[in-house]
Amino acid sequence: MSVLIYAENADGKFKKSIFEAVSYAKAIADQHNTNLVAISIGNVATDQLAALGKYGAAKVLNVTNDKLKTFVNQAYASVIAEAAKKEGANIVVLSNSFSGKGLAPRIGVKLGAGVADGAVSLPEAGAKFTLKKTAFSGKAFATVELTSENKVISLTPNSYKVVETGGTAAVEEFNSELKDSDFKTIIKEIVKATDKVSLPDAELVVSAGRGLKGPENWGMIEELADLLGAATACSKPVSDAGWRPHSEHVGQTGIAVSPNLYLAIGISGAIQHLAGISSSKVIVVINKDPEAPFFKVADYGIVGDAFEVVPKLIEAVKQLKAS
Amino acid sequence: MKILVCISNVPDTTTKITFTDNNTQFNTAGVQFILNPYDEIALARAVELAEGGKGTVTVINVGEVNTEPTIRKALAIGADDAVRINAKPHDAYFVAYQVAEYAKANAFDLILTGRESIDYNGAKVAGMVGEFLDIPSVSIIKKLDVDGNSATVEREIEGGKEVITIPFPFVAGTAEGVAEWKIPNMRGIMSARTKPLNVVEPKEVKTLSEIISYETPAPRGQVKLVPADDAAKLIDLLHNEARVF
Repeated sequence: MSVLIYAENADGKFKKSIFEAVSYAKAIADQHNTNLVAISIGNVATDQLAALGKYGAAKVLNVTNDKLKTFVNQAYASVIAEAAKKEGANIVVLSNSFSGKGLAPRIGVKLGAGVADGAVSLPEAGAKFTLKKTAFSGKAFATVELTSENKVISLTPNSYKVVETGGTAAVEEFNSELKDSDFKTIIKEIVKATDKVSLPDAELVVSAGRGLKGPENWGMIEELADLLGAATACSKPVSDAGWRPHSEHVGQTGIAVSPNLYLAIGISGAIQHLAGISSSKVIVVINKDPEAPFFKVADYGIVGDAFEVVPKLIEAVKQLKAS
Repeated sequence: MKILVCISNVPDTTTKITFTDNNTQFNTAGVQFILNPYDEIALARAVELAEGGKGTVTVINVGEVNTEPTIRKALAIGADDAVRINAKPHDAYFVAYQVAEYAKANAFDLILTGRESIDYNGAKVAGMVGEFLDIPSVSIIKKLDVDGNSATVEREIEGGKEVITIPFPFVAGTAEGVAEWKIPNMRGIMSARTKPLNVVEPKEVKTLSEIISYETPAPRGQVKLVPADDAAKLIDLLHNEARVF
């Protein structure tokens, strides 16, 4: 047996969330005294593939078929499941990215495997295969047992530390037979804001709410985020009002994030919003209402007006960067 | 066009989540259950697509009899009929299997789910149903337009979106943006009482996962407040004490 990690690339490069997932999968392989095999699909330079060895991959299966240049959910799932069978891997690990969320359930069905989605911890040592995942949109955690022989785990980004163990992985070409029926979807267009930090796997998030009074006031939020290299986010009323796109809406019915820093400006902290951010490492709240419920879950706070405080923060970050 | 919308019955978004029986059971005492918001938006899109006699909308729920008020709500929003698979929704695999078995027997062009349910957030049913039926599954979908025998959808990706065309049949997991919210009107609420709600017994399938226990996030310590006129101090603390940048 072995453990298989799907190393998803973004435009030919691996993100930090993938190094986290490889490190995590390596720790699982160690628990079972077995090897970690990685699979990459698409166009990634050989030295980058070999560098996955640094995080614990013994071998990297490289799939470079032209038909798989862009993400095709069904076909990718077929290739990964086939690799798992060929490698005798009964545990498949993915990052819980948008693609990972599409792949994990299909791979699970193909392998007859229980799927633990959004894992935030390593499986516990013991007879039962149990691990912790987020539930109730971040309001709680559930410990789930996978009772099937095969298992699929998707890891929540920013919930496991990157561990460098050194080493270079052997890179092998991997070819699998592709079924035409796996290629029914056709990508017409990909639209990406490349200058923006993407929210789901951002390490720093600057978020703002109704306290900003209107979409025209987001300039200072974006400036602060840019200076910090942070992603921007917002509360539900803000995206509902059309001030910001829905993709920035953090909370129970938006996206859940787990950054190192969540800086909330002019957001009162309704229970639905807190659900989406509760696994953030450090929470900072700026609100002029000292009674705002957000202060109860914050690590740091400033009771003050956003329009006075944020420009000062921008100035301070500039000075810090200059020093 | 025949559309199937998968709906789940979840605690209201304002629910404070607590557990009983030594943290092994979700405490439903006093909890208001609602139609999962993502499923509701999927249903709203289905009703829009079927409007004017262009199709029919069936909702399917895997649940026990206590989910029927939520199913009636879906009928009030505009579904034509409903199916309840009479079983506890044990895990995503179990639910997806039941939905797929029903769909196999009743050829649908389009199967919609919410992007995830707001209780277990697995985001798995769409992909699993797609795999059981060997048809495409796409998620997270924020726009879905029908054009003859295929659809054009917008799928959310990290930092952007993909525009994809897909022939029917397929499964899509949707989110806000895909439709306008539909508030049931009096006529809808009245007609929902008499629309068909068929109860079907589940097919047997093995379960692959069990929830062992729950916990709530550890409480944080007291907030450290920085005076508003000394905002630079906050940046200093974040840099030197919390070390987040």
